[in-house]
Amino acid sequence: MAIKQVEIEILLKEGFPDADIYVQDLAGDDNHFSAKIKSAQFKGKSRVQQHQMVYNALKGKMGNELHALALTTEEK
Amino acid sequence: MNAKQKIQNIIESNDVVLFMKGTPDMPQCGFSMAVANVLKMLNIKFNGVNVLEDEEIRNEIKVFSDWPTIPQVYIKGEFIGGCDIVKEMFEKKELQSLLDEKKISYKK
Repeated sequence: MAIKQVEIEILLKEGFPDADIYVQDLAGDDNHFSAKIKSAQFKGKSRVQQHQMVYNALKGKMGNELHALALTTEEK
Repeated sequence: MNAKQKIQNIIESNDVVLFMKGTPDMPQCGFSMAVANVLKMLNIKFNGVNVLEDEEIRNEIKVFSDWPTIPQVYIKGEFIGGCDIVKEMFEKKELQSLLDEKKISYKK
């Protein structure tokens, strides 16, 4: 199973319209990505909650089509 | 006992639990290995639960924690996070502070 980088970017931009988003395909295999997301929506949330918000934005793809996403979240 | 009760039971009866793919000595996935290595480096006594050996736990833990991936770490019954969070907490010494706070011994 695989997913294109642009699909991830679109979903993240939908979920976090205000955010600075930087997605990287780490291995060039459409399977291992990293994402850095800086959004005001993370304000006052724990790190677990922030990552859960990102997974929600990815609409169930995480752990399925999307095998690996190294995630860094930050408040804006 | 259903899978949810099993998970509840495991996290209540062990201070530190790592739900992982493979075992602490033979991890079957790089992310599980990375977290196991952090816990080992800190000399933390933890219980590794191999989800590859129990399909029910493998599926239920994702619902239970509202977290789509494995590995997952629990400390004193509280969900701490997956690989990225545990590594980041370790690097920023937040994991060590949490262990102090929860009175769990580790190598300083």
